[in-house]
Amino acid sequence: MALVNVHGKLVSAALIGGVCIGLSACGDGGGAEQPAAQQAKAPEQKPVVTVYSSRKEHLIKPLFDRYQQNTGVEVRYITDKAGPLMERLLAEGESTPADIFMTVDAGNLWQASQKGLFAPTQSEALERDVPAHLQAANNDWFGLSVRARTIVYATDRVQPSDLSSYEQLADDSWKGRLCLRTSKKVYNQSLVATMIKTLGEEAAEGIVKGWVANLATEPFSNDTKAMEAVAAGQCDATIVNTYYFGRLKKKQPDIGLALFWPNQDGRGVHVNISGAGITKYAKAPAEAQKLLEWLASSEAQGQFAELNQEYPVNPAVAPSAEVQAWGEFKADLVNVEAAGSLQAAAVKLMDRAAYR
Amino acid sequence: MTDIAMPQSPRLLFLRRHLWRLPAWFAAALVLMPLAVITLSWGSDQTDIWAHLIETQLGLLLGNTFKLCLGVGLITISLGVSLAWLTSVCEFPGRRWLDWGLMLPLAIPTYVVAFVALGLFDFSGPVQSALRDLFGQDFRLPNIRSAPGVALVMSSVLYPYVYMLSRSAFLSQGRGLVDAARTLGRTPWQALWQVALPMARPAIAAGVALALMETLADFGAVAVFNYDTFTTAIYKSWFGFFNLPAAAQLASVLLLFVALALFAEQRARGGGRLYQAPKRERERFKLRGAKAWVASAYCGLVFVLAFVIPVGQLLLWLLETQLSDLDGRYWDLIIHTFALGCMAAALTVSLALAVSFGQRQLGRVQLKGTAMRIAGLGYALPGTVLAVGIMLSFAKLDAWLIAPLRSLMELPPKQILVGSLLALVLAYCVRFFTVALGPIQSSFERLKPSYQEAAQSLGAGQWRVLLRVYLPMLSPGLFSALLLVLVDVMKEMPATLLLRPFAWDTLAVRVYEMTSEGEWERAALPALTLVLLSIFPVVLMIRRSRA
Repeated sequence: MALVNVHGKLVSAALIGGVCIGLSACGDGGGAEQPAAQQAKAPEQKPVVTVYSSRKEHLIKPLFDRYQQNTGVEVRYITDKAGPLMERLLAEGESTPADIFMTVDAGNLWQASQKGLFAPTQSEALERDVPAHLQAANNDWFGLSVRARTIVYATDRVQPSDLSSYEQLADDSWKGRLCLRTSKKVYNQSLVATMIKTLGEEAAEGIVKGWVANLATEPFSNDTKAMEAVAAGQCDATIVNTYYFGRLKKKQPDIGLALFWPNQDGRGVHVNISGAGITKYAKAPAEAQKLLEWLASSEAQGQFAELNQEYPVNPAVAPSAEVQAWGEFKADLVNVEAAGSLQAAAVKLMDRAAYR
Repeated sequence: MTDIAMPQSPRLLFLRRHLWRLPAWFAAALVLMPLAVITLSWGSDQTDIWAHLIETQLGLLLGNTFKLCLGVGLITISLGVSLAWLTSVCEFPGRRWLDWGLMLPLAIPTYVVAFVALGLFDFSGPVQSALRDLFGQDFRLPNIRSAPGVALVMSSVLYPYVYMLSRSAFLSQGRGLVDAARTLGRTPWQALWQVALPMARPAIAAGVALALMETLADFGAVAVFNYDTFTTAIYKSWFGFFNLPAAAQLASVLLLFVALALFAEQRARGGGRLYQAPKRERERFKLRGAKAWVASAYCGLVFVLAFVIPVGQLLLWLLETQLSDLDGRYWDLIIHTFALGCMAAALTVSLALAVSFGQRQLGRVQLKGTAMRIAGLGYALPGTVLAVGIMLSFAKLDAWLIAPLRSLMELPPKQILVGSLLALVLAYCVRFFTVALGPIQSSFERLKPSYQEAAQSLGAGQWRVLLRVYLPMLSPGLFSALLLVLVDVMKEMPATLLLRPFAWDTLAVRVYEMTSEGEWERAALPALTLVLLSIFPVVLMIRRSRA
C-alpha cells in the first residue's frame, strides 16, 4: 500500500506541476501581446515583415536571412498548406499579422485572389522583373519561380523519338507503360486545367481517359515514387515537375532516366509558378513590397530558384548550371491564372475519368 | 479538510454535487465550439459537389474506408490482446523487455511508418527489387498500396493502444478470479476467454475505439499510399474544389457515424458492472519448452516488424544525409515539441480526471451522459478539419470579445487568441480529450463505489476522497492517459501547423516540410528524434506500472 501511495503522490505532483506549467505558458501566450503593443507606440523599433507561406521553410529561410542581413528588416513566417493558411487569413480579417501570402501553384494564388485576400501592388520593379503571363492581371500576385511539368522516361526502354506530347501518352502504344502521380495533387490539376483551356473540355477528357487506360499501376502519392517506378521497370514514362527529377538525379546520378520536353511543335511545356502577393490587411505593406521586389530582383532570383532547382521568373537571370543542363524548351505561354479558374472543372473531369 | 466536521444543509449538498457537472460541460463546450462551426456549414447549399461525389467516387470511398477499419480493428485486437495477455500473465524468455518494447511502436507517427513501409515494400523498393533479382523479373509481392497492406501498416503503430490498455487491465485484474476459474476445472485458455477477457472488455473497447477513430480521421498515412478513404473526399472538396463548407459537411457526416458507433458500443457493453479486487502479488504462468519459445518468437517478431525495421530504415536514411540538417535550431524544435506535449497532457488529463470524478460524484458508475459523449468526439475528426474548426471559433472569439475591447481602448486591431500558445494547447485538449478519458474511464469503471462510501463514512470529504482514495488506485490509468496524450501531441501535425505561434516549429512540422517535398531521407532526422523523444515517456510509464 505504501508503494501505491507514492504513486498517488507522483501522479498528483505531476498533475499539479503540469497545470502550473500550463498556466504560466498560457500567461506567456497572452503576455506576448504586451511588447507588441509597446512596439506600435515606439516607431524606433526595427520593422518586421510577416509572411504566411506554403513554400517550405528550407526553401525560403536562406533568402529571408540574407534580406535581414542586408536591410535589418526581420522576416517572420509560418508555413502550412495553402488551404488552411487561406482560411486563417480569411478568419483573421483585418486583425491578421500577415503582410505577405506566399504559395506554390497558380491555382492557389488565383483562389487567394478570388477570396479577396490580396491587395493589388503597383510596382514598376515587379512589372519589369516578372513576365506578364506569370503574374495576376489585377496585380494581386506575382510569380517568383517557374517549374515545368514534363515527361520523364526510362532511357533503356524508350527512345526520345517514341515521345512527342502529353496527348500522345494516351495512345494505345503506351498501354501498361505509364505511371502517374495522383490527381489529388494540385500540379496535375493545373496541368489538366490548362489542357481544358487550350483543347476544350471534351478533348481533355479523352486524353485523361487514355492516360488512365494506359496506367501500369495505381497512381502514386508523389513524383519521386513515380520516377522510381519508371527506373525499376514497373512502367516506362511518367509526368513530373523538373525539380523532383533534379533531386533524384543528384542522389542517384547514374539512374536510367531522362527528361523529355513535349509539345514543342504546339503549345509548349506546361509551366507553373510559386509566387506571392501582399495581403489586404497588411500591417507593413511598404516593407512587404520592398521584400517582394527584392525577391524578384536579379540579386535574389538566382538563389530563390536554385534552392529548389527551379527556373527564375526574372528573364535577366539565368537558371543554375544543373538546370541549364536539362536543355532549353518552349514553354506554354497560356496565363497561369487558367490553372485557378478551371481547377474545379479539372478535378471533376479527372474524377469522371476514374483518375485517382 | 474543514468539511469533515461541518454539518451541511441538504441544499448545499445538492449544489455541491451538481457543481461536478461543470467539468463535463466545460469539456463539452470546448469540443462543441469547433463542431458547431463545422455543423453550421449545412447552412450553405452544396448539392453540386455532393452529386458529383456520389456519381463518381463515394461508393468506392465508403467501401475502402469500411475495409480499412475492419482490417485495422481485427489486427489491432488480435495483436494487442494476445501480446498483452502473454506479457502480463505469462513468463517466457525475453518477457521483461518485450513487455515495454512492444509499446514502443506507439512512438512512431502513422505518417512516418507509412512512408517507411512504402519505401521498403513498393515495387521499386529494396525488398521487391531483391526478390526480383532472386526469382526473376516477373516476381510480384501483393501490392502494399491496397486495403490489406494499408491496414497492416497502420495497425503496426496503432495496436499499442489496445496492448497498453488491455495490459493494464490484465495487470490490475486480481489473480483470484482466474485461479477460481481454474480450480473449477477451466484450462488457462478457458480462463482467458471466459473470465479475463470479459473483465478487460472496457479497456479493450477503449483501445480499439482509439485505433479506429485514428484510422477514420487519418489522412497523412492513406495519402502516402494514395489509398482513397472518406477523408479523401473531405480533402478533395477543400483543396480541389476550394469548398470548405462542403468539406465540413462531409466531415460532420463522418462525425455522426462515429457518434453512432460509440453509442452502439456503450449500449452493447450493457449495464453489467465489473468490479475487481485491488491488485495483488501474482505469480505468472511459466511457459516451458516449445510454448515458451513460440511466445518469445511471436512477441519478438511483432517488435522487429513494428519497431526495429522502421527505426532501422530511418537510421539508414539519417546516415545517408550525414546529419546535414543538424544545427543549433534543432534544440528549439525538441524543446518546443516536448513543452507543448507536457502542457497539453497536463491540461487534458486534469480535465478528463475532473470530468470522470465529477460523474462519479453524481452517482454514475458507468460514465455516460450527453456531455461526455460530445466531449469524446474531437478525436474522430480529420486533424486539419478540426484544426480549422478550432481556428475559426477562436477567430470568432477574437472578433467578438477582444476586437471591441481593443477598439474601445483605441488600439489597432490585432488578434490575441489565434496564433497564441493558449489556443494551440486548447486545440490539443479538444483533439485528445478522448485519449485521456479512455484509460481514466476504464480505471474508474473497475473501482467499486464502496471504496468511496467507506471513506466517506469515515468522514473524508470529496477532495480527500479524490486525492487519497481515487488517485492512488487510478495511478496506472492516469499514467497511461498522460503518456498517451503526451506522445499524441508530440506527433500531432495539422493543428500544430495551423495554430502554432511564430517560431514555434516542432519536430512534426519539420517532418511535414520534408515529406511533403518527397525528401524522405531528410525527414529521417526529425522523425527519429520524435521517436526517441516519445520512447522516454513510454519507458517511464512502464517502469512505474511495474513497481
